[in-house]
Amino acid sequence: MAEYKRPANEQEFKENFKQKKPLMNDTQAYYESSRCLFCYDAPCMDACPTGIDIPLFIKQIQTGNPEGAAKTIYDSNWMGNACGTICPTGVLCEGACVYNNQDVAPLLIGRLQNYATNQVIESGKQLYTPGPDNGKSIAIIGAGPAGIACACELRLLGYTVDIFEAKALPSGLTVHGIAPYKITNEEVLAEMEYLQNQLGYSIKYNSPISTKEQLAELEANYSAIFIGVGLGGTAKLGMTGEDLDGVVGAVEFIEELRLNHSDVKIANRVVVIGGGNTAMDAASGSARLGADEVTLAYRRDKSGMGAYSFEYELAVGAGVRGLFNSSPLEIVGNGKVEGVKFIKTESTDGKLNMIPGSEFTVPCEMVIKATGQAKQGPFYSLIEGLEIDQKTRIVVNPDTNQSTNPMYFAGGDAINGGAEVVNAAYDGKLAANGIHEWINK
Amino acid sequence: MADLSVNFAGIKAPNPFWLASAPPTNSGYQIMKAFEAGWGGAVWKTLGMPTINVSSRYGAVNYRDTRMAGFSNIELISDRPLEDNLREMREVKKHFPDHAVIASLMVDSRAEWIDIIKQVEDAGADGIELNFGCPHGMCERGMGSAVGQEPEVLKTIVEWVMDAANIPVITKLSPNISHITDPGLAAVQGKTDAISLINTVKSIVGVDLDTYAPYPVVDGKGSNGGYCGPAVKPIALHMLKDLAQHPDIMGTPISGIGGIETWRDVVEFILLGATSVQVCTAVMHYGFGIVREMEAGLLKFMADKGYNTIYDFAGKALPNVTQWKHLNLKSEVKAKINEDKCVGCDLCYIACDDGAHQAIALPTDGSRIPTIIEKNCVGCNLCSLVCPVEDCITMEKFDDGTQHETWHELTESDRIPNTWNDDRAGGKGHYVPEPTEALKTKRADKSGWKK
Repeated sequence: MAEYKRPANEQEFKENFKQKKPLMNDTQAYYESSRCLFCYDAPCMDACPTGIDIPLFIKQIQTGNPEGAAKTIYDSNWMGNACGTICPTGVLCEGACVYNNQDVAPLLIGRLQNYATNQVIESGKQLYTPGPDNGKSIAIIGAGPAGIACACELRLLGYTVDIFEAKALPSGLTVHGIAPYKITNEEVLAEMEYLQNQLGYSIKYNSPISTKEQLAELEANYSAIFIGVGLGGTAKLGMTGEDLDGVVGAVEFIEELRLNHSDVKIANRVVVIGGGNTAMDAASGSARLGADEVTLAYRRDKSGMGAYSFEYELAVGAGVRGLFNSSPLEIVGNGKVEGVKFIKTESTDGKLNMIPGSEFTVPCEMVIKATGQAKQGPFYSLIEGLEIDQKTRIVVNPDTNQSTNPMYFAGGDAINGGAEVVNAAYDGKLAANGIHEWINK
Repeated sequence: MADLSVNFAGIKAPNPFWLASAPPTNSGYQIMKAFEAGWGGAVWKTLGMPTINVSSRYGAVNYRDTRMAGFSNIELISDRPLEDNLREMREVKKHFPDHAVIASLMVDSRAEWIDIIKQVEDAGADGIELNFGCPHGMCERGMGSAVGQEPEVLKTIVEWVMDAANIPVITKLSPNISHITDPGLAAVQGKTDAISLINTVKSIVGVDLDTYAPYPVVDGKGSNGGYCGPAVKPIALHMLKDLAQHPDIMGTPISGIGGIETWRDVVEFILLGATSVQVCTAVMHYGFGIVREMEAGLLKFMADKGYNTIYDFAGKALPNVTQWKHLNLKSEVKAKINEDKCVGCDLCYIACDDGAHQAIALPTDGSRIPTIIEKNCVGCNLCSLVCPVEDCITMEKFDDGTQHETWHELTESDRIPNTWNDDRAGGKGHYVPEPTEALKTKRADKSGWKK
């Protein structure tokens, strides 16, 4: 039996996708913040890709200055609230907390961060004002974490900023691609609104930039362009049966889950193919939507998975069954999915070998492919002089995030091939400063 | 099992754990409840001149997540009718004939002292405590600490009391004075049977950042309060020691008061010469039940050390408290970091570098385990005090124990350094970085994002 009942309405959906890191109350924050040692040159800061002064903001929470704490957080990271919730804190700041070295529970840094940022978002407290207008305009392609961070920072520097977003909502994968039990849409969008209200950049929704003509227009009208386009939809596997009814991409599945909640239809038996964090989210999501059997199939053994181990534990906790050393051969069915045919594998000297004669089929009515996102190569090829590496990542100067076409800067998944929101937030901020430096050279 | 009973200047009690004269002893109900819980004695909330109390009355100093590390009150002596208090006192003595019930008193004229002493003796009090310590309100009316701060007046009143009283008298002293031995001596000269100390310390525990009024706030204003709780214990221990070592005071039983909450506190007070202890703030925080921990801890300590009564170790630390000039200048300790226990918070490094003697180095191997620079370490203890890990930084003895020289001895033999740049001064030759080295250190608050 499934652990989760199929959610029939929003209330039931919320129960199934209960927030993993709920907001701390005042008492929790008071006691938790008092535990911080205020380490010298604190390891948590070093572990944060955006270098938030964590001991300082925790001390500010402790001394009844959550607004100041929020300012400390946003000074380093424009996605401060989202990151507090969705960052893999266990392997970043909290993983670096020195308490771990004596088997004492590390500070709950992410939740303390949310405690502070939530207060200013709720109150609408203005922490920033745009810099004096410098008469220059910057175009940003993509309103994801990198684009938003870049926009915020550029506004502080006095630039006019127009963001062109293909979808109808801001924040990119934060609202479209993160499992719903990690953060709610409301919370993501509240932070987006909070930032935009203070800093006043414009976002043009449903406005994909996909042609050479559009790019030429941007080049003509703006002093610089920031590319924060992220990755594309789920990549094609090129496998027999991929077009059968019931085969979906993980990215698309999670986006639908995020936007349509309990209206998403889930099959009784689901096979998720892949071993990354997106696969874990898709598998967990399927289980929480009430699927009877969710099988997470990965071609190597458990330790080879790209996903964080805590993500896998979460999926298992939701009732997902792991199926390892099983490589998909084809998706079988007749018009509709009926199962996935696998072959057993084994690794020798790091090389994956199929074991002949070990084929087997896992029956299912739905297959979720979590085998990577499509690259944006075709789009990049529209930009003159833009160097792309072998993994279809835009090559940038790491100090400025400037691409080989000086007018273009980039950040987020476009340059790292797919990482955390916190990395994108850092990239966007860095690029804004790179743009400012370049324009004022 | 050890015998915890005490005979304190003639006041007998089953144990040395007494309640101080304060809100927890405001009524017979509370005192009976305390005796039921295990307390051996109680000093009744001060009886005396009629008063009216304000609302609010208490304020606290919280430290991080620790509530009431310090506590302050502006409550006056009992505002209940004397006859109610005396009736309840009789009731308590009827139920607890073997427990100590001591009447704290504060009145003005000699006639009033004589009158009220008679009344509490008739009510069955085992002893009297003279409240010469209350530092708020009553002192403005010439009583409480106003007396404690005037040794001559104090002595006169003690004499009046000793003349009138038939039961033991304890004189309770105020710490709001330069030399506690002045009122201590006055009390002894007045022939007091015993002394108790400390009463509360004059204080302002905080200011409201919106109304600019000190805590506790009474209709927008505040007054100095009396400070107590764990934060004042060191002050109390020091004053206790001063009295217990004074040649003309030693021998007078002393009841120790000030921030006592645990068995460890109790043992410390006894080691410095107290033979009963009085507790208030800890009870106001946790209730009478905390005596269970105090009693169990004290018994365990006595069993471990082989003591049968508290008199076996009362004052045992006194010979070790000396003047600074008698400390051995040749004794040397240095810090040692246990690498296996170190968590890498590097608080010892920054405390030493910014706050002490630049004797700890950060690792260069990428780990976060610092090392002691032995030649710079003066053995100040700071690193071991800030270290959050139990027994990670220890202070190790470095000298061989054969050398002994004190400032006093140097003075006697005319060898003390006595010019501004005297080679014999202690800091000569100690390593100190050049001032400009400070400009090369990276900002400790490398705030903001990294780039």
